[in-house]
Amino acid sequence: MYTQALNNLEAVTDVEDAGRNAAFQARVDNEYKIEPNDWMPEGYRKTLVRQISQHAHSEIVGMLPEGNWITRAPTLKRKAALLAKVQDEGGHGLYLYSAAETLGASREELNEQLLSGKAKYSSIFNYPTLTWADIGAIGWLVDGAAIMNQIPLCRCSFGPYSRAMIRICKEESFHQRQGYELLLTMCKSSQEQKDMVQDALNRWWWPSLMMFGPSDKDSQHSAQSMAWKIKRFSNDELRQKFVDATVPQAHYLGLTIPDEDLKFDEETGHWEYGEIDWSEFARVLKGDGPCNRQRMKARRKAHEDGAWVREAALAHAEKKKARKAQKAA
Amino acid sequence: MNEKTTPLWEVFIRSRNGMAHRHCGSVHAADAEMALQAARDVYTRRGEGLSIWVVPSAEIVASDPGAKDMMFEPTGTKIYRHPTFYEIPEEVGNM
Repeated sequence: MYTQALNNLEAVTDVEDAGRNAAFQARVDNEYKIEPNDWMPEGYRKTLVRQISQHAHSEIVGMLPEGNWITRAPTLKRKAALLAKVQDEGGHGLYLYSAAETLGASREELNEQLLSGKAKYSSIFNYPTLTWADIGAIGWLVDGAAIMNQIPLCRCSFGPYSRAMIRICKEESFHQRQGYELLLTMCKSSQEQKDMVQDALNRWWWPSLMMFGPSDKDSQHSAQSMAWKIKRFSNDELRQKFVDATVPQAHYLGLTIPDEDLKFDEETGHWEYGEIDWSEFARVLKGDGPCNRQRMKARRKAHEDGAWVREAALAHAEKKKARKAQKAA
Repeated sequence: MNEKTTPLWEVFIRSRNGMAHRHCGSVHAADAEMALQAARDVYTRRGEGLSIWVVPSAEIVASDPGAKDMMFEPTGTKIYRHPTFYEIPEEVGNM
Protein backbone atom coordinates (compact mmCIF):
# COMPACT_ATOMS: atom_id res chain seq x y z
CA MET A 1 0.00 0.00 0.00
CA TYR A 2 2.73 2.46 0.72
CA THR A 3 6.34 3.13 1.70
CA GLN A 4 7.43 5.38 4.46
CA ALA A 5 10.94 4.10 4.09
CA LEU A 6 12.33 7.32 2.78
CA ASN A 7 12.07 8.92 6.19
CA ASN A 8 15.11 7.44 7.77
CA LEU A 9 17.71 6.58 5.18
CA GLU A 10 21.34 6.54 6.07
CA ALA A 11 23.49 9.16 4.40
CA VAL A 12 25.07 7.70 1.31
CA THR A 13 28.82 7.69 1.29
CA ASP A 14 30.12 6.06 -1.83
CA VAL A 15 33.83 5.73 -2.14
CA GLU A 16 33.54 3.51 -5.17
CA ASP A 17 34.98 4.02 -8.56
CA ALA A 18 33.97 7.56 -9.51
CA GLY A 19 33.87 6.66 -13.21
CA ARG A 20 31.37 3.88 -12.78
CA ASN A 21 29.28 6.09 -10.54
CA ALA A 22 29.24 8.84 -13.15
CA ALA A 23 28.25 6.38 -15.88
CA PHE A 24 25.49 5.04 -13.64
CA GLN A 25 24.17 8.53 -12.91
CA ALA A 26 24.24 9.36 -16.62
CA ARG A 27 22.07 6.32 -17.35
CA VAL A 28 19.63 7.36 -14.64
CA ASP A 29 19.59 10.95 -15.92
CA ASN A 30 18.72 9.67 -19.38
CA GLU A 31 15.78 7.70 -17.94
CA TYR A 32 17.38 4.32 -18.63
CA LYS A 33 16.02 1.61 -16.36
CA ILE A 34 18.53 -0.09 -14.07
CA GLU A 35 18.15 -3.88 -14.02
CA PRO A 36 19.21 -6.28 -11.24
CA ASN A 37 22.45 -7.48 -12.81
CA ASP A 38 23.62 -4.01 -13.84
CA TRP A 39 26.37 -2.37 -11.85
CA MET A 40 24.94 0.02 -9.24
CA PRO A 41 26.34 2.01 -6.31
CA GLU A 42 26.05 0.13 -3.02
CA GLY A 43 24.00 2.99 -1.58
CA TYR A 44 21.45 2.67 -4.39
CA ARG A 45 21.11 -1.05 -3.76
CA LYS A 46 20.77 -0.59 0.00
CA THR A 47 18.26 2.23 -0.35
CA LEU A 48 16.12 0.16 -2.71
CA VAL A 49 16.23 -3.04 -0.66
CA ARG A 50 15.13 -1.05 2.35
CA GLN A 51 12.44 0.93 0.57
CA ILE A 52 10.99 -1.99 -1.41
CA SER A 53 11.00 -4.37 1.56
CA GLN A 54 9.41 -1.80 3.86
CA HIS A 55 6.82 -1.21 1.18
CA ALA A 56 6.22 -4.98 1.03
CA HIS A 57 5.95 -5.22 4.82
CA SER A 58 3.37 -2.42 4.75
CA GLU A 59 1.22 -4.39 2.30
CA ILE A 60 1.41 -7.51 4.46
CA VAL A 61 0.70 -5.75 7.78
CA GLY A 62 -1.98 -3.75 5.93
CA MET A 63 -4.01 -6.94 5.58
CA LEU A 64 -4.61 -7.00 9.35
CA PRO A 65 -6.78 -3.92 10.01
CA GLU A 66 -9.11 -4.82 7.13
CA GLY A 67 -9.05 -8.56 7.77
CA ASN A 68 -10.64 -7.65 11.08
CA TRP A 69 -13.95 -6.96 9.30
CA ILE A 70 -14.18 -9.77 6.73
CA THR A 71 -16.44 -11.96 8.87
CA ARG A 72 -18.61 -8.99 9.84
CA ALA A 73 -19.17 -7.37 6.43
CA PRO A 74 -22.82 -6.27 6.16
CA THR A 75 -23.61 -7.99 2.83
CA LEU A 76 -22.20 -10.76 0.68
CA LYS A 77 -21.19 -8.23 -1.99
CA ARG A 78 -19.20 -6.17 0.52
CA LYS A 79 -17.66 -9.30 1.96
CA ALA A 80 -16.53 -10.55 -1.45
CA ALA A 81 -15.05 -7.13 -2.27
CA LEU A 82 -13.22 -6.87 1.04
CA LEU A 83 -11.87 -10.39 0.71
CA ALA A 84 -10.61 -9.58 -2.80
CA LYS A 85 -9.02 -6.37 -1.56
CA VAL A 86 -7.20 -8.08 1.30
CA GLN A 87 -5.99 -10.76 -1.14
CA ASP A 88 -4.70 -7.98 -3.38
CA GLU A 89 -2.73 -6.48 -0.49
CA GLY A 90 -1.13 -9.88 0.08
CA GLY A 91 -0.39 -10.11 -3.64
CA HIS A 92 1.13 -6.62 -3.66
CA GLY A 93 3.40 -7.62 -0.79
CA LEU A 94 4.56 -10.62 -2.83
CA TYR A 95 5.22 -8.62 -6.03
CA LEU A 96 7.36 -6.29 -3.94
CA TYR A 97 9.29 -8.99 -2.09
CA SER A 98 9.96 -10.50 -5.50
CA ALA A 99 11.39 -7.15 -6.70
CA ALA A 100 13.53 -6.77 -3.55
CA GLU A 101 14.89 -10.28 -4.01
CA THR A 102 16.30 -9.38 -7.41
CA LEU A 103 18.74 -7.17 -5.47
CA GLY A 104 20.17 -10.13 -3.57
CA ALA A 105 18.09 -10.00 -0.39
CA SER A 106 16.49 -13.30 0.62
CA ARG A 107 12.82 -13.59 1.54
CA GLU A 108 13.68 -15.24 4.85
CA GLU A 109 16.02 -12.39 5.72
CA LEU A 110 13.42 -9.73 4.87
CA ASN A 111 10.72 -11.54 6.80
CA GLU A 112 13.01 -11.87 9.78
CA GLN A 113 13.63 -8.11 9.73
CA LEU A 114 9.90 -7.47 9.90
CA LEU A 115 9.26 -9.97 12.70
CA SER A 116 12.19 -8.79 14.82
CA GLY A 117 10.99 -5.19 14.53
CA LYS A 118 14.19 -4.14 12.75
CA ALA A 119 12.32 -3.12 9.60
CA LYS A 120 9.55 -0.55 9.62
CA TYR A 121 6.19 -0.55 7.88
CA SER A 122 3.81 2.31 7.22
CA SER A 123 2.59 4.00 10.42
CA ILE A 124 -1.01 4.04 9.17
CA PHE A 125 -1.56 0.34 9.88
CA ASN A 126 -1.07 0.86 13.59
CA TYR A 127 -4.50 2.47 13.89
CA PRO A 128 -7.53 0.33 14.78
CA THR A 129 -10.60 -0.35 12.60
CA LEU A 130 -13.38 0.30 15.10
CA THR A 131 -16.44 0.39 12.84
CA TRP A 132 -17.50 -0.74 9.38
CA ALA A 133 -17.07 2.86 8.17
CA ASP A 134 -13.34 2.48 8.84
CA ILE A 135 -13.19 -0.06 6.02
CA GLY A 136 -14.56 2.57 3.64
CA ALA A 137 -12.24 5.22 5.06
CA ILE A 138 -9.21 3.00 4.51
CA GLY A 139 -10.12 2.41 0.88
CA TRP A 140 -10.87 6.06 0.20
CA LEU A 141 -8.12 7.77 2.24
CA VAL A 142 -5.36 5.26 2.87
CA ASP A 143 -5.45 3.72 -0.59
CA GLY A 144 -6.03 7.19 -2.04
CA ALA A 145 -2.86 8.45 -0.38
CA ALA A 146 -1.05 5.30 -1.47
CA ILE A 147 -2.03 5.91 -5.10
CA MET A 148 -0.67 9.48 -4.94
CA ASN A 149 2.60 8.07 -3.71
CA GLN A 150 2.77 5.09 -5.99
CA ILE A 151 2.00 6.63 -9.35
CA PRO A 152 5.39 8.42 -9.49
CA LEU A 153 7.05 5.17 -8.37
CA CYS A 154 5.88 3.55 -11.63
CA ARG A 155 8.65 5.64 -13.23
CA CYS A 156 11.27 4.66 -10.65
CA SER A 157 14.72 4.06 -12.16
CA PHE A 158 14.90 0.46 -10.91
CA GLY A 159 13.14 -1.79 -13.46
CA PRO A 160 11.67 -4.52 -11.21
CA TYR A 161 10.30 -1.95 -8.70
CA SER A 162 8.80 0.17 -11.44
CA ARG A 163 7.14 -2.87 -13.07
CA ALA A 164 5.72 -4.05 -9.73
CA MET A 165 4.32 -0.57 -9.11
CA ILE A 166 2.59 -0.49 -12.49
CA ARG A 167 0.76 -3.72 -11.62
CA ILE A 168 -0.09 -2.47 -8.15
CA CYS A 169 -1.43 0.89 -9.33
CA LYS A 170 -3.78 -0.85 -11.77
CA GLU A 171 -5.28 -2.87 -8.93
CA GLU A 172 -5.27 -0.07 -6.35
CA SER A 173 -7.94 1.91 -8.17
CA PHE A 174 -10.52 -0.77 -7.30
CA HIS A 175 -9.57 -0.39 -3.64
CA GLN A 176 -10.20 3.32 -3.54
CA ARG A 177 -13.44 3.20 -5.50
CA GLN A 178 -14.99 0.41 -3.42
CA GLY A 179 -14.13 2.38 -0.27
CA TYR A 180 -15.69 5.60 -1.50
CA GLU A 181 -18.80 3.83 -2.78
CA LEU A 182 -19.17 2.10 0.57
CA LEU A 183 -19.06 5.46 2.38
CA LEU A 184 -21.44 7.04 -0.13
CA THR A 185 -23.96 4.28 0.57
CA MET A 186 -23.68 4.87 4.31
CA CYS A 187 -23.93 8.66 3.95
CA LYS A 188 -27.14 8.34 1.93
CA SER A 189 -28.60 6.05 4.57
CA SER A 190 -29.52 6.94 8.18
CA GLN A 191 -28.07 9.85 10.17
CA GLU A 192 -26.56 7.29 12.51
CA GLN A 193 -24.60 5.75 9.64
CA LYS A 194 -23.53 9.14 8.35
CA ASP A 195 -22.26 10.00 11.84
CA MET A 196 -20.27 6.80 11.78
CA VAL A 197 -18.61 7.89 8.52
CA GLN A 198 -17.81 11.34 9.95
CA ASP A 199 -16.27 9.67 12.98
CA ALA A 200 -14.13 7.47 10.74
CA LEU A 201 -12.97 10.53 8.77
CA ASN A 202 -12.12 12.31 12.02
CA ARG A 203 -9.86 9.46 13.06
CA TRP A 204 -8.26 8.66 9.67
CA TRP A 205 -7.71 12.12 8.19
CA TRP A 206 -4.56 13.15 10.04
CA PRO A 207 -2.89 9.73 10.03
CA SER A 208 -3.52 9.65 6.25
CA LEU A 209 -1.70 12.97 5.81
CA MET A 210 1.18 11.54 7.86
CA MET A 211 1.54 8.71 5.34
CA PHE A 212 3.48 11.08 3.10
CA GLY A 213 6.28 11.26 5.65
CA PRO A 214 7.87 14.23 7.42
CA SER A 215 7.56 17.71 6.00
CA ASP A 216 10.18 18.72 3.44
CA LYS A 217 12.08 20.92 5.85
CA ASP A 218 12.65 17.88 8.13
CA SER A 219 13.07 15.24 5.48
CA GLN A 220 16.71 14.29 5.13
CA HIS A 221 18.16 12.17 2.36
CA SER A 222 15.43 13.02 -0.14
CA ALA A 223 17.93 14.72 -2.42
CA GLN A 224 19.86 11.51 -3.12
CA SER A 225 16.68 9.54 -3.80
CA MET A 226 15.58 12.30 -6.16
CA ALA A 227 18.92 12.27 -7.98
CA TRP A 228 18.65 8.49 -8.37
CA LYS A 229 15.08 8.91 -9.63
CA ILE A 230 13.71 6.59 -6.99
CA LYS A 231 11.67 9.48 -5.72
CA ARG A 232 10.11 12.02 -8.09
CA PHE A 233 8.18 14.42 -5.85
CA SER A 234 8.77 15.72 -2.34
CA ASN A 235 6.63 14.61 0.61
CA ASP A 236 4.88 17.98 0.84
CA GLU A 237 4.17 18.13 -2.90
CA LEU A 238 2.44 14.74 -2.77
CA ARG A 239 0.58 15.61 0.44
CA GLN A 240 -0.75 18.78 -1.17
CA LYS A 241 -1.94 16.83 -4.23
CA PHE A 242 -3.75 14.42 -1.94
CA VAL A 243 -5.46 17.19 0.05
CA ASP A 244 -6.52 18.98 -3.14
CA ALA A 245 -8.03 15.79 -4.56
CA THR A 246 -9.68 14.61 -1.35
CA VAL A 247 -11.33 17.70 0.15
CA PRO A 248 -13.95 18.03 -2.63
CA GLN A 249 -14.66 14.29 -2.33
CA ALA A 250 -15.36 14.75 1.39
CA HIS A 251 -17.69 17.65 0.62
CA TYR A 252 -19.57 15.52 -1.90
CA LEU A 253 -20.21 13.02 0.89
CA GLY A 254 -21.45 15.91 3.05
CA LEU A 255 -18.63 15.49 5.54
CA THR A 256 -16.46 17.99 7.40
CA ILE A 257 -12.68 17.66 7.33
CA PRO A 258 -11.48 17.73 10.95
CA ASP A 259 -9.19 20.73 10.42
CA GLU A 260 -10.25 24.21 11.55
CA ASP A 261 -7.45 25.83 9.55
CA LEU A 262 -8.47 24.26 6.26
CA LYS A 263 -9.22 26.89 3.62
CA PHE A 264 -9.17 27.26 -0.12
CA ASP A 265 -6.59 29.67 -1.48
CA GLU A 266 -8.13 31.29 -4.56
CA GLU A 267 -4.78 32.53 -5.77
CA THR A 268 -2.86 29.27 -5.74
CA GLY A 269 -5.89 27.04 -6.29
CA HIS A 270 -4.78 24.82 -3.40
CA TRP A 271 -6.41 23.80 -0.14
CA GLU A 272 -4.32 25.03 2.79
CA TYR A 273 -4.31 22.68 5.75
CA GLY A 274 -3.35 23.05 9.41
CA GLU A 275 -0.25 21.89 11.24
CA ILE A 276 0.23 18.11 11.46
CA ASP A 277 0.91 16.68 14.93
CA TRP A 278 4.40 15.36 14.24
CA SER A 279 4.84 14.13 17.79
CA GLU A 280 2.06 11.61 17.16
CA PHE A 281 3.76 10.52 13.95
CA ALA A 282 7.09 10.02 15.76
CA ARG A 283 5.36 8.08 18.52
CA VAL A 284 3.60 5.68 16.14
CA LEU A 285 6.76 5.12 14.07
CA LYS A 286 8.69 4.35 17.24
CA GLY A 287 6.23 1.61 18.14
CA ASP A 288 3.84 3.39 20.47
CA GLY A 289 0.80 3.70 18.22
CA PRO A 290 -2.55 2.25 19.25
CA CYS A 291 -1.97 -1.15 17.62
CA ASN A 292 1.80 -1.60 17.00
CA ARG A 293 2.17 -4.45 19.47
CA GLN A 294 -1.01 -6.16 18.33
CA ARG A 295 0.08 -6.06 14.65
CA MET A 296 3.51 -7.50 15.37
CA LYS A 297 2.04 -10.18 17.58
CA ALA A 298 -0.37 -11.21 14.80
CA ARG A 299 2.45 -11.40 12.24
CA ARG A 300 4.69 -13.43 14.51
CA LYS A 301 1.88 -15.81 15.36
CA ALA A 302 1.05 -16.30 11.66
CA HIS A 303 4.70 -17.04 10.93
CA GLU A 304 5.09 -19.49 13.81
CA ASP A 305 1.79 -21.22 13.13
CA GLY A 306 2.85 -21.71 9.52
CA ALA A 307 6.22 -23.24 10.35
CA TRP A 308 4.99 -26.83 10.23
CA VAL A 309 3.38 -26.23 6.83
CA ARG A 310 6.62 -24.93 5.33
CA GLU A 311 8.52 -27.82 6.88
CA ALA A 312 6.03 -30.44 5.65
CA ALA A 313 5.96 -28.98 2.13
CA LEU A 314 9.75 -29.15 1.85
CA ALA A 315 9.85 -32.69 3.27
CA HIS A 316 7.18 -33.76 0.79
CA ALA A 317 9.08 -32.17 -2.10
CA GLU A 318 12.24 -34.00 -1.08
CA LYS A 319 10.46 -37.31 -0.77
CA LYS A 320 8.90 -36.91 -4.21
CA LYS A 321 12.27 -36.05 -5.71
CA ALA A 322 13.91 -39.09 -4.11
CA ARG A 323 11.13 -41.35 -5.34
CA LYS A 324 11.49 -40.03 -8.87
CA ALA A 325 15.26 -40.55 -8.77
CA GLN A 326 14.77 -44.11 -7.55
CA LYS A 327 12.34 -44.87 -10.35
CA ALA A 328 14.73 -43.49 -12.94
CA ALA A 329 17.65 -45.56 -11.59
CA MET B 1 17.19 -18.08 10.64
CA ASN B 2 17.85 -21.75 11.02
CA GLU B 3 14.83 -22.74 8.95
CA LYS B 4 15.46 -24.23 5.52
CA THR B 5 14.82 -21.81 2.69
CA THR B 6 11.98 -22.42 0.25
CA PRO B 7 13.17 -22.42 -3.40
CA LEU B 8 12.53 -19.44 -5.67
CA TRP B 9 10.79 -19.88 -9.06
CA GLU B 10 10.53 -17.43 -11.94
CA VAL B 11 7.04 -17.03 -13.34
CA PHE B 12 6.11 -16.61 -17.03
CA ILE B 13 2.56 -15.99 -18.20
CA ARG B 14 0.90 -16.24 -21.59
CA SER B 15 -1.65 -13.46 -21.43
CA ARG B 16 -3.53 -14.14 -24.66
CA ASN B 17 -3.80 -16.73 -27.33
CA GLY B 18 -1.05 -16.18 -29.88
CA MET B 19 1.22 -14.32 -27.46
CA ALA B 20 4.49 -15.62 -26.03
CA HIS B 21 4.94 -16.37 -22.33
CA ARG B 22 6.31 -13.32 -20.63
CA HIS B 23 8.28 -13.00 -17.40
CA CYS B 24 6.24 -11.36 -14.66
CA GLY B 25 7.94 -12.06 -11.33
CA SER B 26 8.79 -14.85 -8.94
CA VAL B 27 7.32 -16.97 -6.15
CA HIS B 28 8.67 -19.19 -3.39
CA ALA B 29 7.43 -22.79 -3.30
CA ALA B 30 8.64 -26.17 -2.13
CA ASP B 31 7.95 -27.90 -5.45
CA ALA B 32 6.80 -27.26 -9.02
CA GLU B 33 3.16 -28.06 -8.36
CA MET B 34 2.92 -25.60 -5.48
CA ALA B 35 4.88 -23.04 -7.48
CA LEU B 36 2.23 -23.20 -10.21
CA GLN B 37 -0.57 -22.73 -7.70
CA ALA B 38 1.19 -19.85 -5.96
CA ALA B 39 1.90 -18.21 -9.33
CA ARG B 40 -1.77 -18.48 -10.24
CA ASP B 41 -2.83 -16.87 -6.94
CA VAL B 42 -0.24 -14.10 -7.05
CA TYR B 43 -0.13 -13.16 -10.73
CA THR B 44 -3.51 -14.01 -12.26
CA ARG B 45 -6.18 -12.71 -9.90
CA ARG B 46 -7.93 -10.87 -12.75
CA GLY B 47 -7.77 -13.27 -15.65
CA GLU B 48 -4.31 -12.13 -16.75
CA GLY B 49 -3.30 -15.53 -18.06
CA LEU B 50 -4.13 -18.58 -20.16
CA SER B 51 -1.00 -20.50 -19.30
CA ILE B 52 1.80 -20.32 -16.72
CA TRP B 53 5.41 -21.55 -16.78
CA VAL B 54 7.45 -21.75 -13.60
CA VAL B 55 11.20 -22.30 -13.77
CA PRO B 56 13.58 -22.73 -10.82
CA SER B 57 15.39 -19.37 -10.59
CA ALA B 58 18.70 -21.14 -10.05
CA GLU B 59 18.35 -22.81 -13.48
CA ILE B 60 18.22 -19.55 -15.45
CA VAL B 61 21.40 -18.75 -17.33
CA ALA B 62 21.78 -15.07 -18.15
CA SER B 63 24.22 -13.04 -20.23
CA ASP B 64 26.30 -10.48 -18.38
CA PRO B 65 24.93 -6.95 -18.90
CA GLY B 66 28.45 -5.64 -18.30
CA ALA B 67 29.60 -7.55 -21.39
CA LYS B 68 26.73 -6.38 -23.56
CA ASP B 69 29.01 -4.48 -25.95
CA MET B 70 31.06 -7.55 -26.78
CA MET B 71 27.91 -9.67 -26.94
CA PHE B 72 25.79 -7.50 -29.21
CA GLU B 73 28.10 -5.05 -30.93
CA PRO B 74 28.94 -7.32 -33.88
CA THR B 75 25.47 -6.85 -35.36
CA GLY B 76 25.63 -3.08 -35.03
CA THR B 77 27.63 -2.67 -38.24
CA LYS B 78 25.68 -5.18 -40.32
CA ILE B 79 23.22 -2.74 -41.74
CA TYR B 80 22.86 -4.90 -44.88
CA ARG B 81 20.69 -7.19 -42.76
CA HIS B 82 17.89 -4.63 -42.90
CA PRO B 83 15.51 -4.23 -45.87
CA THR B 84 16.07 -0.45 -46.06
CA PHE B 85 19.71 -1.12 -47.06
CA TYR B 86 18.52 -2.02 -50.56
CA GLU B 87 17.21 0.55 -53.00
CA ILE B 88 14.33 -0.42 -55.22
CA PRO B 89 13.17 1.99 -57.96
CA GLU B 90 9.85 3.60 -57.23
CA GLU B 91 8.32 2.24 -60.48
CA VAL B 92 8.62 -1.27 -59.11
CA GLY B 93 6.12 -0.39 -56.43
CA ASN B 94 5.79 -1.60 -52.90
CA MET B 95 8.16 -4.42 -51.97
